[in-house]
Amino acid sequence: MNLSRRQFLVLVPATAVAWQYVLAGTPRDAPNYQLADHWWGMLLDITKCIGCGNCVRACQAENDVPDGYFRTWVERYLRTDWNLTTPEVISPDGGKEGFPTAEEVKDGMYFFVPKMCNHCADSPCTQVCPVGATFITPDGVVLIDQTYCLGCAYCVQACPYGCRYIHPTRHVADKCTLCYHRITKGLTTACCENCPTGARQLVDLKNPNDPIHAFLKTHDVHVLKPEMATGAKAFYNGLDGSVR
Amino acid sequence: MKNFRDSEHLLRFAFLFAMVLALFLIVRHFVVPKSFGEYGHYRGAAIGETAARPIHFAGQSACATCHTDIAATKQAGMHAGVHCEACHGPLAKHAADPASVQPPKLDTAVLCVRCHAASAAKPKNFPQVAAAEHSGGLVCETCHHPHSPAIQSEGAK
Repeated sequence: MNLSRRQFLVLVPATAVAWQYVLAGTPRDAPNYQLADHWWGMLLDITKCIGCGNCVRACQAENDVPDGYFRTWVERYLRTDWNLTTPEVISPDGGKEGFPTAEEVKDGMYFFVPKMCNHCADSPCTQVCPVGATFITPDGVVLIDQTYCLGCAYCVQACPYGCRYIHPTRHVADKCTLCYHRITKGLTTACCENCPTGARQLVDLKNPNDPIHAFLKTHDVHVLKPEMATGAKAFYNGLDGSVR
Repeated sequence: MKNFRDSEHLLRFAFLFAMVLALFLIVRHFVVPKSFGEYGHYRGAAIGETAARPIHFAGQSACATCHTDIAATKQAGMHAGVHCEACHGPLAKHAADPASVQPPKLDTAVLCVRCHAASAAKPKNFPQVAAAEHSGGLVCETCHHPHSPAIQSEGAK
């Protein structure tokens, strides 16, 4: 192994931090983040979402998302029994301040659908980028290199889920990073941290102890637009067929 | 008159081609970032740059490190699954420097209703109230303690 003096100096404190976990017999808990050890996704449980907008506000606070733009947002569906394919959808200000009161309907149902970047394994947005400014990391998160992005908005058009936007002042593409700055430090995302009902769960598909594996086997879990074969990793529990 | 050999034409072209290729490689060396292609067709250092952004929400475990009593109260009640910052807001600065950065005061009239206002769109098993009828104008805290909201006997708060 060839190490430069600079690399060695960086590695020494990192090793010292990890060493106590190695001695304790639990090297997996060491804070040294390994890209190859993770494959991140998100579980969104529609049966638990109350449409409070906490996730939208938290995302905005954590990631300095400009007003009127959303990295995550909540939609409220009204799907009537006599029209199963074209539901009535509202999302006032992305659901940031909640939703107007809904009255009980006899021939239909209301439900909330939190939306966000699906962090697709075969993402259309990364495939169309002409300069290599957006990419999927080895741990399964679709990110944007904003110093490299031209702002051509090709990716904004390519995303079938409408999860990207052009930042109004920086004029480059912007989107959910799955709170990459948090998950690499062992924290959960801002939206999961702030969801009061546990409707959103960060999942690590490479972690054999993650409860997602049991959940996927025992629940009716779907992804959005499976026919597009995007390899979406935003898993929805209780997803109605009318959701697009 | 000097006779040119055919191969000299080819050599001239080969030289020109080599020069253009060399120029391209030199420009490419300076223009393409060092970490480009480290993991794929992108700048590898961008991963680390994204990961280095500052956090705003400290996380439940950071809160419970100091506020053990409140964490225990909350854990025993209906709000066990609600993390501190879901109501108190982003407080990573407070966690880093508890003395000088104080959390803002909260308004229960806004916070409780955000989740618990009755709506047919919410899951049926989620506790909901029509705020105006339910409290008769009283603030939520009069009866419910936010950290453990079930109504308890006098003084058990």
